[in-house]
Amino acid sequence: MPNHPVPVPSSVLAALKNKTIHLSAAKMIHSLFLVNASGDIFLEKHWKSVVSRSVCDYFFEALERATEPENVPPVIPTPHHYLINVLRHRIYFVAVIQSEVPPLFVIEFLHRVVDTFQDYFGVCTEAAIKDNVVVVYELLEEMLDNGFPLATESNILKELIKPPTILRTVVNTITGSTNVGEQLPTGQLSVVPWRRTGVKYTNNEAYFDVIEEIDAIIDKSGSTITAEIQGVIDACVKLTGMPDLTLSFMNPRLLDDVSFHPCVRFKRWEAERILSFIPPDGNFRLLSYHVSSQNLVAIPVYVKHNISFREGSSQGRFELTLGPKQTMGKAVESVLVSSQLPRGVLNANLNPSQGTYTFDPVTKLLSWDVGKINPQKLPSLKGSMSLQAGASKPDENPTINIQFKIQQLAISGLKVNRLDMYGEKYKPFKGIKYMTKAGKFQVRT
Amino acid sequence: MLNHRFLCRNEDLKEMLESNKESLKLEAMKRIVGLIAKGKNASELFPAVVKNVASKNIELKKLVYVYLVRYAEEQQDLALLSISTFQRALKDPNQLIRASALRVLSSIRVPIIVPIMMLAIKEAATDLSPYVRKTAAHAIQKLYSLDPDQKEHLIEVIEKLLKDKSTLVAGSVVMAFEEVCPDRIDLIHKNYRKLCNLLVDVEEWGQVVIIHMLTRYARTQFVSPWREDAMFDENNEKAFYDSEEERKVEQTKPYIMDPDHRLLLRNTKPLLQSRNTAVVMAVSQLYWHLAPKHELSIITKSLVRLLRSHREVQYVVLQNIATMSIQRKGMFEPFMKSFYVRSTDATHIKTLKLEILTNLANEANISTILREFQTYVKSQDKAFAAATIQAIGRCATNISEVTDTCLNGLVLLLSNRDETVVAESVVVIKKLLQTQPSQHSDIIKHMAKLFDNITVPMARASILWLMGEYCEHVPKIAPDVLRKMAKTFTNEEDIVKLQIVNLAAKLYLTNSKQTKLLTQYILNLGKYDQNYDIRDRTRFIRQLIVPNEKSGALSKYARRILMAPKPAPVLQSAFKDRDRFQLGTLSHTLNSQASGYLELSDWPAVAPDQSVRNVEVVEPKFYSDSEEEEEEEEEGSSSEGSSSSSSEESVSESESEENSDDSNKSSSSQSEKSSSESDSEKKKKTLKNKKLQQQKPDILIITYLPPQIMQKTLLLIIMTKYILIHIVLSISTQFFVNCMCSLLHLCVFLACQFDVVSWHVHVSLQASSPVFVPETSHELLHRMTGKGLSAQYRFTRQPCIYGNSMVSLQLTLSNSSDQALENIHISEKSSTGQNIHRFNAIGERHTTKEDEFSVSIQPAVGELLLPITMSEADFTKEQGNTNTSYWHADETPTNRPIHFSVCISRFAGKTVSSGSLVLVSVALKDPDAVITINTEKTVIGSMLLRQFKTALTNSCP
Repeated sequence: MPNHPVPVPSSVLAALKNKTIHLSAAKMIHSLFLVNASGDIFLEKHWKSVVSRSVCDYFFEALERATEPENVPPVIPTPHHYLINVLRHRIYFVAVIQSEVPPLFVIEFLHRVVDTFQDYFGVCTEAAIKDNVVVVYELLEEMLDNGFPLATESNILKELIKPPTILRTVVNTITGSTNVGEQLPTGQLSVVPWRRTGVKYTNNEAYFDVIEEIDAIIDKSGSTITAEIQGVIDACVKLTGMPDLTLSFMNPRLLDDVSFHPCVRFKRWEAERILSFIPPDGNFRLLSYHVSSQNLVAIPVYVKHNISFREGSSQGRFELTLGPKQTMGKAVESVLVSSQLPRGVLNANLNPSQGTYTFDPVTKLLSWDVGKINPQKLPSLKGSMSLQAGASKPDENPTINIQFKIQQLAISGLKVNRLDMYGEKYKPFKGIKYMTKAGKFQVRT
Repeated sequence: MLNHRFLCRNEDLKEMLESNKESLKLEAMKRIVGLIAKGKNASELFPAVVKNVASKNIELKKLVYVYLVRYAEEQQDLALLSISTFQRALKDPNQLIRASALRVLSSIRVPIIVPIMMLAIKEAATDLSPYVRKTAAHAIQKLYSLDPDQKEHLIEVIEKLLKDKSTLVAGSVVMAFEEVCPDRIDLIHKNYRKLCNLLVDVEEWGQVVIIHMLTRYARTQFVSPWREDAMFDENNEKAFYDSEEERKVEQTKPYIMDPDHRLLLRNTKPLLQSRNTAVVMAVSQLYWHLAPKHELSIITKSLVRLLRSHREVQYVVLQNIATMSIQRKGMFEPFMKSFYVRSTDATHIKTLKLEILTNLANEANISTILREFQTYVKSQDKAFAAATIQAIGRCATNISEVTDTCLNGLVLLLSNRDETVVAESVVVIKKLLQTQPSQHSDIIKHMAKLFDNITVPMARASILWLMGEYCEHVPKIAPDVLRKMAKTFTNEEDIVKLQIVNLAAKLYLTNSKQTKLLTQYILNLGKYDQNYDIRDRTRFIRQLIVPNEKSGALSKYARRILMAPKPAPVLQSAFKDRDRFQLGTLSHTLNSQASGYLELSDWPAVAPDQSVRNVEVVEPKFYSDSEEEEEEEEEGSSSEGSSSSSSEESVSESESEENSDDSNKSSSSQSEKSSSESDSEKKKKTLKNKKLQQQKPDILIITYLPPQIMQKTLLLIIMTKYILIHIVLSISTQFFVNCMCSLLHLCVFLACQFDVVSWHVHVSLQASSPVFVPETSHELLHRMTGKGLSAQYRFTRQPCIYGNSMVSLQLTLSNSSDQALENIHISEKSSTGQNIHRFNAIGERHTTKEDEFSVSIQPAVGELLLPITMSEADFTKEQGNTNTSYWHADETPTNRPIHFSVCISRFAGKTVSSGSLVLVSVALKDPDAVITINTEKTVIGSMLLRQFKTALTNSCP
């Protein structure tokens, strides 16, 4: 039991504080190491003096200790540094910190770096990064100055450093011209830093995808333990000039908790429940929201299951049937069922009524690609599992994770009322798409 | 061999770098950067690379910079070769080049160039470009880490930059402040309000830094807002922040929140909606550390929202929630289900969620939580299952109603097949039993039965300890267990052996008849054990319990020593004392003080002087309607006393109505304007009219008039004073309130652009604020003509938010008919080539009846001018070298006596649309006045002249 420090009177503390001399002051990100799945450092970048890559040994230790790649603790202290890492696309981005800094600051930044890479190279893989190492370096150089984030807006970065395209690569090699911009991005100084100026399109279009995800835990008997809807509106806006858009909803009261892209005028939202914004150019996430928990969440699928092991027998029974529940008449598509079977299961011999299933005897992961659910003929997966001989019956039943998609439906009932554009004269093409997906949708058996 | 090849390759690169072809050089640099990225050493290429530092090719130059920054420290002498290039670039007209030169120069960690860096930073800190000033702020930190002796000079620069009004600079300079002189809180005082007001517009990373700094600041400057609510506080006894002393203060006078304290809370609140998780966390911790307890609940939702984010974000946020939930259960209880564990969560996420659920447990929800825990216990992740058992134990001790239920549940788990689960259950049961052993001899017996099947040492040791401690409750079983243990003693783990010795000793004291021999046997075994701890313990026990001549008084007390009642262990959260660290910090996450951690001070008992934050100059106007904002501030502070949520709401509503055009755009010319404003402070003395000074303290004009003349020519100067670029229509709050019943008042935004010509003026023209804005409005549409709708317009003389070459106009629409008017808008067909920024249609379209009225705005020519700052010398010079300009001079007879022989008043301005210079000087000579107007716009010139004449003639008494 740790001893609690005896509370010191505040006056004493204050006196102490005045005498404290801050020898080592706050510094942000010192260095960045990129580590691949097999534990090799394949890129390093230092913003201050060089930190030896041996600092990563502490990270590798933690990596070894972790049973799963996800179980590496995000913050690892070492004698002289702190390592903050994020794992995306099977690459660890390990930032080296020397002193106190809000950890989320670093984590958020690292994720922003990954997003930028993805934006630039289409994918964020080790190969892509190695192929574009110069662009990666140029990007990292612009994104951080002395470890403090400088330009993280994709629109600004794209003006500073042009994304590589095949054509440009060819031209550059021949002419020796560069993909580095010469001018300060106009956005950087303006009050709309997220949008570059001088945008021109021949076809002006604005697409908005309303995507909702249902997170749910369903218990053994089929009743809902917890269910909530989280949604996002992703936009792809290709509009000339400086358009000023407003997007209004039929039922904005549904939105309980929202977070905005910086372009959205918060006060307008507060007052009128209207999204008013000058959009960035290209793809961006306009809004993410949470649907208030008072509303009952419609659960679009149900699962009938019978997974049983008998004591003393080396066989187990496995039966699973899926069916649509509250889908508002829309089809449930791209259904994928996965389940981590108990360690004692050696193999599964199952028979799907539709789709295909795989069982990995090493990881014990069962996944069944169902496809579309036909309400007339419900998909089912039945069969037997063989257990290790002599092993006792596993005392828990596996949880079932379900993924699905429902097109043209926002399960919360959210509807966009209208989209208007001001500030420019042309008529843009507007499109709105709705989709409902399973988020973390689990059925306990 | 390999080494040789590597050298060869470097030779190859050297050759490429020395060639004349740009493309080859670039290719070489790209490969070198590739080497650096892989962590290979490329330092011997330094001489070849550094030659290219002055290359014309931007990309090549940038790559050379990358190289320089990486290796300069190792090759200090050679690095000096590049310095002159940067010094030259620091003077470049392109701000991007100036900034990047400073960036690289300050990143070269060569101590010799410290003075050069210092000079460069000082210069850049006064640069006109906010981007360069931002770079200067970054350079401060770099120089400080290179040479801490420069601290004093750097603080001067920081002080200067803190005054900067650009949102671009704010975050970076606060970062520099935090690094160089976080204890110089006095530098913040004067900038506090500005920082609060700027905050929303600062870029997200800067926001995080500023919020953390302001949190620390507020804790030193304001008194605690928690005293009052300590009474409603759910866990009152834990209100450890309140010292005795503070309580006394509370009784003597009611708490009133400092308006500045309120300002901070209000201005950070919208940032909870940020997409940046670090910003949300920063605001949350600010509220946690600064807000009155009853306002804290607004951060809950946002924090729960962050749980949807990446795994790493969840980890940090859950840790913070865990700390919060210990002190304030109520905050997160409604969101309990968000902390339910999913089988796909990472183990550390699961454990944190479990921790929070345990913290949230109370009498009302414990049954739900226990049911949830039951599924967790069955988890395949055994470490997690074990943690769940610990959690159940904690719930059982905290909530006495469920202790028995939990205990029974745990006993059931003893027959679980998994060893870790059983072991953990035993350990937890042991702790629980200690609280009330007498009632639970059954459980102890049950555990004794299970003993043979349990192999985990910790669990075995726990059972043995229980046996010994409560041997009086199980008098028959205990000696039997000891007998079994005597057999297996040598094969047990050390921890078990110690407990066997313990059990033997205790039984010897209570039941020596049955166990004397057994005990002696065990003590003999222990005496020759390999482990010295066990040997020591054995020797000690023997002396204590077996009486002989040597063992003196101590053995008399053996029973009391060994069988002393032991206090039950307190099962506590691991996050119990984490709140000693500021939330959201690295130290909090690690639960140990990270280097450079700045402790949050306690609230002062008495608030320090508030007036230190007063600033003489009116705050910069970032929103077109910042006057309303100030009103709100007062409103907000006055309602603080009651501080009910309803008053809060009304404030925010009115705010949003007024600001319904958004801040984003309105500050379009803000950076430009702010720089001129700082100049204005110096030149302010030029104006002596006190009344005007009260209205707008920062005035900029080039008039050197005695007050009397001022009064006479005032109107006239005023008429021509300002650049109206753009028409903003808005209605003040009071107006809105007063006329609510009968009139339909609407905020409308409209802009007129008179004509667009490119901007080519040779003198740098800086706009200044208007001296006087007339209240008179002109009629645009009479209510008779407009069938009930009347419109009036007024020139606000505010910079236009929609464009530099527009004039802002305030339009007031009122409805004097008895019907509602809908869909008021400006139609597309505007003639006369005027470009109007249309406002959104007002009211929704319901009716079919439409009316259209054509109206025209006829601005006085003065409304189309923008005053600019110019020294007198410049003025004369410009007047002299106007070879392209036309000048008009006229002598106007004035029929009033003037007592001054010669007074010249001058006005400098530019036209809004084209930016051409307009110079007006009025020389009053008794009894005449000579008006000189220099401008290249003939029409404007002659119109101005005409108006001057009329104004001068009419203004005579």
